[in-house]
Amino acid sequence: MVAIDSPRTTTTDMRRRIASVPPVYWVLGILLLIIPAFASDFVMFQIMGWTFILGLIALSLMFLGGYGGMVSLAQMAFAGFAGYMVAIFGDSAISGISQGWPWWIVIPLALFLTVIFATAVGWLAVRTEGIYTIMITLAIAAAFFYFTRQNYELFNGFQGFNSVLPPELFGIDWRGPEAFYYLTMFWAVTGFGAVLYVSRAPFGLALQGVRDNPRRMAALGYNVTAHRVAAYAFAAVIAGIGGILLTWQSAQISPGTVGIQSAIDILVIAVIGGLRHPIGAFIGAFIFVLLKTFAVDVLIALGLGGERFQLLIGMGFLIIVFFSPDGLLGLWEKLKASRRRDPLTGGQR
Amino acid sequence: MSVSATNISDRMAATGTANALELRGVSKMFGALEALGDIDMTVKPGERRAVLGSNGAGKTTLFNCITGDFPPTTGSIRFFGEDVTGFPAQERIRRGLRRTYQISLLFTGLSVIDNIYLACRGVSRGRFSLLRPRRNDALMQSAEDLVRVVHLDDVRDTMVSDLSYGQQRQLEIAMALSGAPRFILFDEPAAGLSPTERRELVDILTGLPGHVGFIIIEHDMDVALRVSDRVTMMHNGRIFKEGKPAEIEEDPEVQALYLGGGHG
Repeated sequence: MVAIDSPRTTTTDMRRRIASVPPVYWVLGILLLIIPAFASDFVMFQIMGWTFILGLIALSLMFLGGYGGMVSLAQMAFAGFAGYMVAIFGDSAISGISQGWPWWIVIPLALFLTVIFATAVGWLAVRTEGIYTIMITLAIAAAFFYFTRQNYELFNGFQGFNSVLPPELFGIDWRGPEAFYYLTMFWAVTGFGAVLYVSRAPFGLALQGVRDNPRRMAALGYNVTAHRVAAYAFAAVIAGIGGILLTWQSAQISPGTVGIQSAIDILVIAVIGGLRHPIGAFIGAFIFVLLKTFAVDVLIALGLGGERFQLLIGMGFLIIVFFSPDGLLGLWEKLKASRRRDPLTGGQR
Repeated sequence: MSVSATNISDRMAATGTANALELRGVSKMFGALEALGDIDMTVKPGERRAVLGSNGAGKTTLFNCITGDFPPTTGSIRFFGEDVTGFPAQERIRRGLRRTYQISLLFTGLSVIDNIYLACRGVSRGRFSLLRPRRNDALMQSAEDLVRVVHLDDVRDTMVSDLSYGQQRQLEIAMALSGAPRFILFDEPAAGLSPTERRELVDILTGLPGHVGFIIIEHDMDVALRVSDRVTMMHNGRIFKEGKPAEIEEDPEVQALYLGGGHG
């Protein structure tokens, strides 16, 4: 049954909701909207676009890890799977395989199949805990990588698919820097909002309950396994959207996109940002993209070998994990708490 | 705060004819160790039963078998006439069985109200709902009511990890009371509570609706005997005596074994 609100309550409700949005979100929102006014094409397409895409995929891991206590290394495989599905059912340069179906069938179908794939993986993975979940999802990510590389009938093997382009909707070239910026930002904000919203809905609360105490959740009448599997399905939608955008950004999808290295990159991004809050995924992605793009230049400017940029990322990761296992968000929380604490009594000021 | 034995027949009449709980030949082995042996036990609807016994007597194992946390090795368990022996824990919960835990098993990363809301949601539909509850949501309202019943209004939005031990025990009880329970298993609810908190606990237990029966495991004899209609004594995984609180208190065998001879 749908409850009907009078227009008046809806307006006050809306006002209250708007007033409850923290000021930092307003500043961030306005900044994100006006970035194209002064940023270069490279910043919009490469830096910000990539940040939003990797952020989305890391967000799917944050949802599973932060709320569900399940660290999955298969999120990049789900993202890549969605990308492959778009290439196989839609258009690409490999006309022998690509079906060329219209986008309004291809995209929902790709996401649907990704959810099925993730549900099957989740169904297997939720029977394990901790390190074993990481191992089993890593094994699945590796298996998917090798499968795409060796299968030529469907996945076109080592070559993969190129010229996988977004549809020209409303006459806009969605791969243009500005359009692509807004496209990826829209989905990043939607994914962020959806995760934040669901975290306070029965499904999200129950997932956090499962994380804190699965045995008690069962004793309260919840089917713990079903909840965990459903979390994989939900996270797969987010990872899938990220994967499709990633495929459009580079206009191609190949086994290299879904390799073990990329799977680990997503984990690094989520951990750098922090698994406590959805914003952590995007903070982590932004730092990762900056390092990946500029570390070479910085190293060369310092007179060091440019090929050592992975070392810089690794060291950054090490330092953050060493000082704050909760990532940059955890570091921020610690700083806030220590500023509130009275240096003499140790109590709250 | 009188012992509720006087109105037990009213309470039983209100809940039909089948026994609330019927255990036949229940045993539980952990490897070669017999934790429970051949337990026969019948609890009538609305009855309040205390289970007493020294540490390791098998009381908590008995609870785990009844709730389905561990399946019994042999025997059958009927809940309100229905054989639930093979049912998973959540199916028993949905039929109105609740329990509290000796060691608090709460959701420490969530607030008090979220813990109780989850407990209320667990036995209703919409556990997978992606929509947030509205402010006038019926389950949210019952969660709010339970916060008041166990006197936790002041800490409604506090993280459970920041609650005192006594408050966590109260929250345990609120969670057991959620979603129309028919029968509750209390596992040492008074352990670690201050005298004032114990009095509050007795108030809460005696104030439960008449049709709600319970079994209480409790080391504090004052609490146990005050809130129960009948007492079952356990020793080494077996039942060795059953009777009214007064009979048990005066039984020489019980006194020798458990009460140390001079308890009153």
